[in-house]
Amino acid sequence: MALPPFRDVVDEHRALVWRFLAVAVGRDDVDDVAQETFLAALRAYPRCNDATHLDRWLLKIASRKAIDHHRRTARSPHAMAEVPEEPAARVPDGDDGLWAAVAGLPAKQRAAVVLRHVLDRPYDEIAWLLACSPDAARANVAAGLKRLREVIT
Amino acid sequence: MSDPVRRLARLVPRTEARTASADLAAQVADLAAAAGRLDVALAEVESPIGSLLVAVTPRGLVRVAFEDEDRDLVLDDLARRVSPRILAAAAATDEVRRQLDQYFEGGRRRFDVRVDRRLMTAFTRQVLRRTARVGFGEVATYGQIAAAIGRPRAARAVGAALGANPVPIVVPCHRVIGSSGSLIGYAGGLDRKTTLLRLEGSLPG
Repeated sequence: MALPPFRDVVDEHRALVWRFLAVAVGRDDVDDVAQETFLAALRAYPRCNDATHLDRWLLKIASRKAIDHHRRTARSPHAMAEVPEEPAARVPDGDDGLWAAVAGLPAKQRAAVVLRHVLDRPYDEIAWLLACSPDAARANVAAGLKRLREVIT
Repeated sequence: MSDPVRRLARLVPRTEARTASADLAAQVADLAAAAGRLDVALAEVESPIGSLLVAVTPRGLVRVAFEDEDRDLVLDDLARRVSPRILAAAAATDEVRRQLDQYFEGGRRRFDVRVDRRLMTAFTRQVLRRTARVGFGEVATYGQIAAAIGRPRAARAVGAALGANPVPIVVPCHRVIGSSGSLIGYAGGLDRKTTLLRLEGSLPG
């Protein structure tokens, strides 16, 4: 199947990618990481051999960019101060608390939780997106949820 | 406490994602064009003969499409024959848009843009190269173009090649008419050919 014009790919999937990244990296950084994601996608696009599943092809790039983003910010001293201590500090119930709790998750758990419970993606796909086994995908989601339930008071 | 699982799905509504990501394509296009990673930049240009789609590659102008040409078909063809790395991009199409605006306002008699000839067959290239030398305010006949390229009996093939011109207006195939003075045909329709020739003073207004 021939690749559609990239313009149509962005139009069709931008909201999905943005929604994933909004929760996976947070509202402050979502625009930057979404741009990085589509720039990387544009670069790789002629070599894409999955024209019938461009949504998951884009989500794979977005997942990598989200995890890279956390590695990058975790290394900067400014962001280090914001990473919650172990055991995680308790946060209040409500959306603010949920955002804070999600922000405290390790990068891979956070991506896994978002793919499963925000985007409703199946575990075998999450495994492919995060380059791990389906069991590891389940374990990441379960660990992430456990932690969210623990920190939300 | 309500279960976080159910609240996660509502944290960022789909409508918010759709609205917030509306400018993403334009931002990516400008970044990509600046980094030399955009293969085809698109823009629409308003004109007296309707909206024109222009497509520009790093090699030059590759396509001008009239309003009634189906945009999806034009883009699919570009994706297949040039590159699928296609986005609407303002900066990369600036020069072509500016010159088209000047032409339609009457302030420009010849285009000074590079043309990417990838969508032309060898014969079409030959015909269009000769056609590009027919100046503003002049006309030539199909037979004259055929003779000028050394194929005096190929007037009909010349007509077909002009009909396949991927960059009309900029390569002025509208300046080629029948030997009797009748306009004969135009990919954009005879009304548009008439409008262009009137604009150039080749037909009485």
